[in-house]
Amino acid sequence: MVTLSKEIKNLHHIREKIKNKQAKRQVRICATGCRALGALDIYETFKKELKEAKLQKEIALIKTGCQGFCSGAPLVSIDPDNLLYVCLKKEDVREIVNTTLIGKKPIERLFCRDKKKPVIDRSKIPFFSYQKRLILTRCGYIDPTNLDDALAHGAYEVLEKVLTSMDPEAVIEKIKKSGLRGRGGAGFLTGLKWGYAHSAQGSEKYLICNADEGDPGAFMDRALLEGDPHMVLEGIVIAAYAIGACKGYIYVRAEYPIAIEHLKIAIEQAEKYKLVGKNILGTGFNFEIKIKQGAGAFVCGEETALISSIEGRRGQPRPRPPFPTESGLWGKPTTINNVETLANIPVILKIGANEYAKLGTKKSKGTKIFALAGKVNNTGLIEVPMGITLRELVEDIGGGIPNGKRFKAAQIGGPSGGCVPAQFLDKPIDYESVKEMGAIMGSGGLIILDETVCMVEIARYFMEFCVKESCGKCPPCRIGTTRMLDILERICGGKAEMKDIPRLEELALQVKKNSLCGLGQTAPNPVLSTLRHFRDEYIERIKLKKKTRRGKPII
Amino acid sequence: MTKALKQEGIDLSFMSKIVSTHVPFSREDLIGSLQETQDHYGYLPEEVMDKLAELTSTPVALIYGIATFYSQFHLKPHGKYAIKLCRGTACHVKEAPKISSAISSHLGIKDGETTNDMLFSLESVACLGTCFLSPVMLIGDQYYGKLTPESAIEVLENIAKENKAK
Ligand SMILES: Cc1cc2nc3c(=O)[nH]c(=O)nc-3n(C[C@H](O)[C@H](O)[C@H](O)COP(=O)(O)O)c2cc1C
Ligand code: FES
Repeated sequence: MVTLSKEIKNLHHIREKIKNKQAKRQVRICATGCRALGALDIYETFKKELKEAKLQKEIALIKTGCQGFCSGAPLVSIDPDNLLYVCLKKEDVREIVNTTLIGKKPIERLFCRDKKKPVIDRSKIPFFSYQKRLILTRCGYIDPTNLDDALAHGAYEVLEKVLTSMDPEAVIEKIKKSGLRGRGGAGFLTGLKWGYAHSAQGSEKYLICNADEGDPGAFMDRALLEGDPHMVLEGIVIAAYAIGACKGYIYVRAEYPIAIEHLKIAIEQAEKYKLVGKNILGTGFNFEIKIKQGAGAFVCGEETALISSIEGRRGQPRPRPPFPTESGLWGKPTTINNVETLANIPVILKIGANEYAKLGTKKSKGTKIFALAGKVNNTGLIEVPMGITLRELVEDIGGGIPNGKRFKAAQIGGPSGGCVPAQFLDKPIDYESVKEMGAIMGSGGLIILDETVCMVEIARYFMEFCVKESCGKCPPCRIGTTRMLDILERICGGKAEMKDIPRLEELALQVKKNSLCGLGQTAPNPVLSTLRHFRDEYIERIKLKKKTRRGKPII
Repeated sequence: MTKALKQEGIDLSFMSKIVSTHVPFSREDLIGSLQETQDHYGYLPEEVMDKLAELTSTPVALIYGIATFYSQFHLKPHGKYAIKLCRGTACHVKEAPKISSAISSHLGIKDGETTNDMLFSLESVACLGTCFLSPVMLIGDQYYGKLTPESAIEVLENIAKENKAK
């Protein structure tokens, strides 16, 4: 029988206390993403109105992270009524207080609409009903700046279990069994990586959480850090315990000020409760964590460049091997994991590796968070089981394409990915199938393109991005991408000849084969995938010698 | 050169303060220090970097190398309001380039430049992580989403007006 440390007893005590204290009714306002559209104003108005109605004690007003349905911003959800009100204005608040909170009647006008029909029950909105929210359960539900709220909803229960009843090997074994693959891009098996890190020689080991999220069009990691930083932090501490790390870093993009703020608060609070730092939960395990802010370089998402950046140098990658698990930060064994990967850890250990592995496809387990954006009605943050089809994503969850336009392609994986055309709409999405379709899973940015988007222009756009972001260390990437951009600009400018297509292809293959790091190795992907699926657009552009051409529907 | 600028009144005492918060100063603190420095001065003046090099016994070339590698750092004075215009994919397919040219012609500056009155700088960034608001820009800590060329200019005009009123 294990005797509980006083820190753990204290934690149990706090959990009980908060659970009894929670208000029976709650109004939740997204104050992160929706902030851009006036959510804070709405919050203040609610506060005022609730006070005037003398309801401030009975009804909890909670500022949450992203609730997912971003196209309805600013929004509030009301529980236990299971209501979601979208596209709010300050003027709506009084009516909500009077009609719904006092009068207990819903307001149809503020409901979310599915095919023009209002949906009363939040869980029946197709945007939500097709999802499987395991990682995002607390995101958009709790107040991310309040550890007590997170604790009341299960945060750090798994950490407690791990530290008191599992040895590091057992944790790694569970993660291996779950089949979890890294969500940062490459899809490397997390358990395997941890196994290497655990058995690496050296007394001092590091863990780095990669929160650089550089792919344009991706905001999953941002939402997680803003909405439930404790989920990520819990995953980090468990990972550190498993591999035997004493010190860790969270490397966050400077463009994410709210994420940085929430993380700082989360770490401070967790330190107070002895959930990170010295002698965690009185078990003798020490792990210190620091935030490092990026300074605006896409390549710093690449693990070896990221390490250089933390060390205070220019963020340039170096050849692997040696892999960071052997020799990383300051030459010490270092494990790098993505934010979402780490947020999966508490979930896996909570529901069990077998249960987790039941979700998804043969080789891609669990759920995946996607950022749905571009030409789609419901933009937002979604979590779905691996193996969902693109059609379900676009039509059911995404609510189709706006303005009666047709779907043309989905850009998956950002500048390292590709464009998946309509013929693959019904193919299940996982790491392998996305590769077959000419894209990569990448981090989970999913940008829907409609028939008005020109695919050559999209290829040009991504190439321009890679040219700008190439760190300049290796010639194939530095010069090769510049030359590819030249050709693409010639095509878009109506000044190309047919021979430019094979030239472009040849260059693409050279850059792919000879570049030093993943940036260069994958930079040609958007070109190759559009050449593969939309070659006729290239040809037409060259033949017409016209500057602009709007893409035609291809279905 | 350094002297001349000093006469213009750049107070370098802040640098000692920064360095004193990192004892002992290690390489690892360099980027963070430059970030704090830029927060303070608005950009990275040459002699400020020289001073940092001197105080921390770091080669100047190394500091320059960092300041020019990361797009966050500016070597020239920046406007009071930095317009961070998103050019990420979601914004791009929703006509961000049009917003960019509208702002450019309204302010008379190109990407990366600052207006003569030092009020606005325009910089394009990769993705602000608010793609559902596309096209979007960030000024200070305020996001402006679902922009049209007209609404973007309206925002700038309002800021300019408010600034005058102050
Ligand atoms: C150019 C480039 C950019 C990358 N950007 C990111 C990023 O923003 N976030 C991330 O987690 N991984 C990124 N990666 C992948 C990382 O190198 C690394 O594989 C990953 O963080 C490992 O974590 P995981 O195993 O949990 O996926 C990038 C890779 C390359 C080549
Ligand atoms: S692409 Fe503009 S915010 Fe993401």
